[in-house]
Amino acid sequence: MTITRHLPRFGLRGLQRFNNVSGYTVLMVLSALFMIPLYWMFSTALKSPQQTFAIPPEWVPAPAQWDNFAKVFDEVPFGRFYLNTFFLVFANIAGHLVSVTLVAYGFARLRFPGRNVLFLVMLSTLMIPYQVTLVPRFIMFSKLGMINSYWPLILPAFTGSPFLIFLVRQYMMSIPFDLDEAAYIDGASRFAVFWRIILPLARPALMLVVVFTFIDVWNDFLQPLIYLNDPDMFTVSLGLSFFQGARETNWNLLMAGSVLAMVPPLILFFFAQKQLIGGISVEGLKG
Amino acid sequence: MSALARRLPRAWTQLSPSERREALAGYLFISPWIIGFIVFFLGPILASFALSFTRWNIVGTPQWVGLDNYERIFTQDPFFRKAVTVTLKYAAFYLPLEVIFGILIAVVLNQKLRGIGVFRTMYYMPYIVPKVASSLVWVWVLNPRYGLLNTMLGWLGVNGPSWLSDPDWVLPSIIMMSLWGVGGSAVIYLAGLQNIPNQLYEAASVDGANRLQKFVRITLPMLSPTIFFQLVLGLIGTFQTFTPAFIAAGRSGGPLQSGLFYMLYIYNRSFESMRMGYGSALAWILTVFIMIITLLVFRSSKYWVYYEAERKRTK
Repeated sequence: MTITRHLPRFGLRGLQRFNNVSGYTVLMVLSALFMIPLYWMFSTALKSPQQTFAIPPEWVPAPAQWDNFAKVFDEVPFGRFYLNTFFLVFANIAGHLVSVTLVAYGFARLRFPGRNVLFLVMLSTLMIPYQVTLVPRFIMFSKLGMINSYWPLILPAFTGSPFLIFLVRQYMMSIPFDLDEAAYIDGASRFAVFWRIILPLARPALMLVVVFTFIDVWNDFLQPLIYLNDPDMFTVSLGLSFFQGARETNWNLLMAGSVLAMVPPLILFFFAQKQLIGGISVEGLKG
Repeated sequence: MSALARRLPRAWTQLSPSERREALAGYLFISPWIIGFIVFFLGPILASFALSFTRWNIVGTPQWVGLDNYERIFTQDPFFRKAVTVTLKYAAFYLPLEVIFGILIAVVLNQKLRGIGVFRTMYYMPYIVPKVASSLVWVWVLNPRYGLLNTMLGWLGVNGPSWLSDPDWVLPSIIMMSLWGVGGSAVIYLAGLQNIPNQLYEAASVDGANRLQKFVRITLPMLSPTIFFQLVLGLIGTFQTFTPAFIAAGRSGGPLQSGLFYMLYIYNRSFESMRMGYGSALAWILTVFIMIITLLVFRSSKYWVYYEAERKRTK
């Protein structure tokens, strides 16, 4: 073993350097492919209408129209859209934090007849496209007079999400059971064990719930499209799509709006990069 | 350890009083999901099945029409046929490309190089952009006259097509848009790659295997569970594509309905023309179809997915 390691050492180093150079070249070319559309979005967002439709296109808009970002807020109620979406995001996070933790705890740490069957049923609902429930849900909410309100976009969160329940349950399973036992011997109630012991230890999994919920709700388009009619209640995604329909030609402002739409998930991504990518690999492994 | 091995009780009558209390608490804890399952899942699915045999525009009472909706869908609805063709074509091209590019990019990102984290972030970023925003960006990039892509093709002397206004190019455009977000699945493949034990590669090197051999004989088999997982998720997701089609092709499906994705068609029938019965029938057809396809993929998995644990057990 040691001989094969030592013999071609010099040659290996040269090969290594060649590999590094070719490695970086491939990385650079690919990152150009991924970043150019983003750059195009950002540079268009800084252009005047004349600059937008210049041929050949201006790569670096000079002068840059930074007030486009302010104009977006004047032309459409973008501030309103932001507030609406943040409200929905926080309501959904609250709903998921309550429901997902309770249900995951029940599945992970308590014994009851039918537990495994119910858990399998829950997992199998992941395999069925939610579209099949779309029409009856719409009818149900419209019979309840909840169309054009936020209820249809919030209420389901308080009943949990199978995927997130699965994720948190797997995490809770990995917490040693001795902790519960010791607490029970000390006379703690089940809720106390859940609240004082399991929840604090499951914090990394709860972070994932927050991040995934934030991104899902922020990006959701179909459900707001179906349930909301009043422009004052629109979310960012929905508002943006109507902005496109109404002002087909204002590409600079539309791109400024798109930049603004991606800022919150982007900030979240930079803060939660570790959890996000780690969490995704958890998802990948357990499948 | 003893706690972990605790057996799950079978029936209510066999339980001691303290076990009954625990079971009751268990049901109480999972009750939010049970309620959601009944109200937002099981109930709607059954209702959708019943509705698919009716004609109903949400006002008035549903009118029972038997198999009429299904008969019309399968025999007289040109849009249904179009939507099926568009969606299947999209899946047939997009899914393999997503797997191939996902793995290739993961391999590129798996190099041990300085600053690789920055590249990882850059590749992942398009996946973070909200679908509506990224679709809008692409509509602008693909603008035939002022768009970026045709400008760059112009440098090469190529006269670019008019992309989203040309029925032949709508689907390729949307496939390209979706592939922009391939960083999302590349990250999952990357996690899979990093779980492959290094000894395998070292042993192969000792045996004189070259890079390609290592990739085909080690990387791909070891990655096959991840590929399988991604394929199942991708299948379900692909047949549900909505937002890019809605934004890029337009809500009616674009020129000659060349971007009429199945989900877009369900949306049009159910919520634009308010035909709840017809929409439900369409949704049920999609559901059954996805379940059959998923089942087939699961069945096929024993021929090509390599699970180390199972292999050890049979030995």
